[in-house]
Amino acid sequence: MARANVLLVDDEAPFVEALTRRLSKRELDITAAHDGTQALEKLEKSRMFEVVILDVKMPGMDGIETLRQIKTAHPLIEVIMLTGHATVESAIEGMKLGAFDYLMKPCDIDELVAKVEQAAARKQAQEEKITLARIKEIAARRD
Amino acid sequence: MMAAKSYKARKRYWTLLIVGVSIAPLLLMSGVILYEFRHSDREKVTAHLEELVGKHKQAIDSFLNVKLGEIRVLARTFDYDELSDESFLRERLSVMQQEESPVMVDLGVVNAEGTQVAYAGPFRLARVDYSDADWFQQAMHQEYFISDVFRGLRGLPHFIVAVRSLRGEQPWILRATIDFAAFNKLVEDIRIGRTGSAFILNREGSIQTEARNDLDLENGPYMDLLRDEESRGDEIYFLEGTDPSGIRNIYAAAYLKKVDWLLVYQQHAAEAFSSFRNALNLALVILSVACLASVVAAFLLARKMVSCLAESDEQKQIMNQQIVETGKLAAIGELAAGIAHEINNPVATMVEEAGWMEDLLEDEEFQDTKQLEEFQRSLKQIRSQGGRCKQITHKLLSFARKTDARIQEVNLYDLIDEMVALSAQRAKYSNVEIVTTLQRGLPTLHASVSEMQQIFLNLINNAIDAMEKKGGKIHISIKTETRSLVIRVADTGPGIPEANLERVFDPFFTTKPVGKGTGLGLSICYGIIAKMGGKIDVRSAIDVGTTFRIELPLPEQETVARTPIEARMLEEA
Repeated sequence: MARANVLLVDDEAPFVEALTRRLSKRELDITAAHDGTQALEKLEKSRMFEVVILDVKMPGMDGIETLRQIKTAHPLIEVIMLTGHATVESAIEGMKLGAFDYLMKPCDIDELVAKVEQAAARKQAQEEKITLARIKEIAARRD
Repeated sequence: MMAAKSYKARKRYWTLLIVGVSIAPLLLMSGVILYEFRHSDREKVTAHLEELVGKHKQAIDSFLNVKLGEIRVLARTFDYDELSDESFLRERLSVMQQEESPVMVDLGVVNAEGTQVAYAGPFRLARVDYSDADWFQQAMHQEYFISDVFRGLRGLPHFIVAVRSLRGEQPWILRATIDFAAFNKLVEDIRIGRTGSAFILNREGSIQTEARNDLDLENGPYMDLLRDEESRGDEIYFLEGTDPSGIRNIYAAAYLKKVDWLLVYQQHAAEAFSSFRNALNLALVILSVACLASVVAAFLLARKMVSCLAESDEQKQIMNQQIVETGKLAAIGELAAGIAHEINNPVATMVEEAGWMEDLLEDEEFQDTKQLEEFQRSLKQIRSQGGRCKQITHKLLSFARKTDARIQEVNLYDLIDEMVALSAQRAKYSNVEIVTTLQRGLPTLHASVSEMQQIFLNLINNAIDAMEKKGGKIHISIKTETRSLVIRVADTGPGIPEANLERVFDPFFTTKPVGKGTGLGLSICYGIIAKMGGKIDVRSAIDVGTTFRIELPLPEQETVARTPIEARMLEEA
C-alpha cells in the first residue's frame, strides 16, 4: 500500500508530470489536478486523499482561495503549499487558513516526501482522535 | 550650462526692478519737494525784492518830491524880479544848503528866451543861453520838469529840477541842479550780497546813476523792462534773463512817480536763489548716496536671490534624477519579476526531470553502466544550476513583488532585535559580532514592517558577507535628528573600492562570486527608502570598513506609540 494518498494541484503540466513520476517512485499515490476547481471536484469524488500539494500561483482560482475551500469542505485533509517565490505574507496567510506547511518551488524531492509523510501522519492521528471520540460517545450513550 | 544665461537675465531683471522700485519714488518725492521748495523760495525772494525795490522807489520819489517842492516854494514865494537878483539868489541857495543837506548845487533863473538871467553856484554860468537845450524846451511846456542826467555845459553829470512860473504873459524858469553824488547814494544803498545792486534807467534805457562797470546796457534784457507809458503801473516788474556773459540774472524794476525813470534791481539768479541752490545740492548728494545704496542693495539682493534660485533648481534637478532613478528601478523590477516568474516554472520542471532521471539511475539495471557516475554528476550539476536559477528568480521576485506595503507603526527596538536574532546564526559562523546603539525614546516609524525587515536584512547580510573571511564587527545605530531618523549600519570589513562605490545601488551590480549574489539587495533597499522619502548613502574606506547611512523623514509631530483604539480612531478620522 502507498505511503500516502496525494492530490497534486499545479497548472504547469510538465511539472506535474515529472513530480508525479518521482513521487510515485517513492511510493506515494499521486493524482493530478490542473486547477483549483478540478482539485475540489476530485476531492469531492473520492474520500481517499490524505494530503494535497497545492501551487499558490495558478490561473483562475488561486492557491489561497482553493485552500480556503478545501479546508471548509474537508477540514481533515492536510495541504502543503508550493510557492513560486516565498513571500512571507502568502505563507503566513496559508498557515492561517490551516495549511500544513509551505515549500519553495523547485523543491528538494526528499524534503517534499518527508513533509507529505508528516502531513499524512497528522491526518491519521486526527482521524484516530475523532474515531476515539466517537467510540467514547457511543460507549457513553450505552450507559 | 544652459540655465546660466537665464539666471543672468533674471539677475539683471531683478536688479533693475529693485532699483526702479526703490529709486523711482525717491526721485519723484525729491522732485516734488524740491519743486515746492523752489516755488516757495522764489516767492520769498520775490517778496523780499518787491519790498526792497518798493521802499527805495518811495524813498527816491519822496527825495525828488522834496527837492521839487523846495524849488516850487521858492518860485511861488518870490517873483521873477527878486530872484533875478544874483545876490538874493545866492542868499536863498545858502539858506537851502544850510537847512537841507547840500544836495542842491546851484540855482538859476532862466527867462522865456532861454537866457539864464541870474545864477548862484560854483560855476560861471551867468547869462548862458539855454534856448537850444533839451531840458529847456521841455520845461517850457510843463509846470515842472526833472531832466535826465546829462553833462551839459559844465562837463559833469548832473540833472536839473525846473519849475515854470509866469510873469504876466511871459513864462520864466527857476532851475536847480541836484548833486549827483548825493542822489547816487540813495540808489547805491540797495546792495545785497555780492552781486545784487540797483541803478536807474531813463526811458531810452541809458543809465542815470553810477553803475557797476560790468553792466552791459546794450545787450541786457533791460529794454524788456521799459514799457509803454500806457501799460505802466504802480507795481514792481520781475524779469529773469541771461546777460551776454551767460550769467542768469533776476531783475526787479519799478517806475518812479515824478519822473520817467525806471529803478532797476539786478542780482545773479544763483545768488538770489542760493538757499534753494544749497538745498538742491544737499538733496542731490543725499539722493545720489541713496541711489548708490539702493543699486548696491539691489545688486546684492538679486545676486542672493539668483543664487538661492540656482541652488533650489539644482536640488530640484537632483530630486528629479532620483525620481527617474527610482522609477527606472521600479520598471526594471517589474520586468525582472515578469521574466523571473516565467522562467521559474520551466526551471522547476527541468529540475524535477533531472531528479527523475536520477531516480531512474538508481534502478538496478543501470547500476553496471560504465558511465553511471558521469550521468549522476551531470544530473546533479543540472539540479544545482537549477537551484541557482531558483535563487535568482526568487530574489528578483522579492525585488519587485508587492510586499506587504501596509503602513504600520514600526517599533524600531523590536525590529532591530528581531533582525539581529535572525542574523545571529550566520554572524556566528563568520565570526562577526553585531553591536547595536539605539537612542532612547526613539519614535515609532510609520512604515511597512516587511520593507524595513528587508532593508536591515540586506544590509546585515552584505556586511556579514563582506567580513566572511576575517570576521569583524557590525555596528547598527539609530538616532533622531531634526525631523529625521538616521540609521547607520557600519562594518569593519575590507571596504568598497572607489570605482564601485557609485554603482553599489545599481540593480544586478555585485562583486560577490558568480552564483552567490544577485546584485539586487541594495537596489531593493534603495527603492524602498526612496519610496519612503528618505535617502541612503554609503561611505567606505579600504581596510577600515563601510558605513551605510539611511535618513528617513519623521512626521513633524513626533509619533508616540499609540494604543490600538487611538490608532483606529486616527485611521477613521
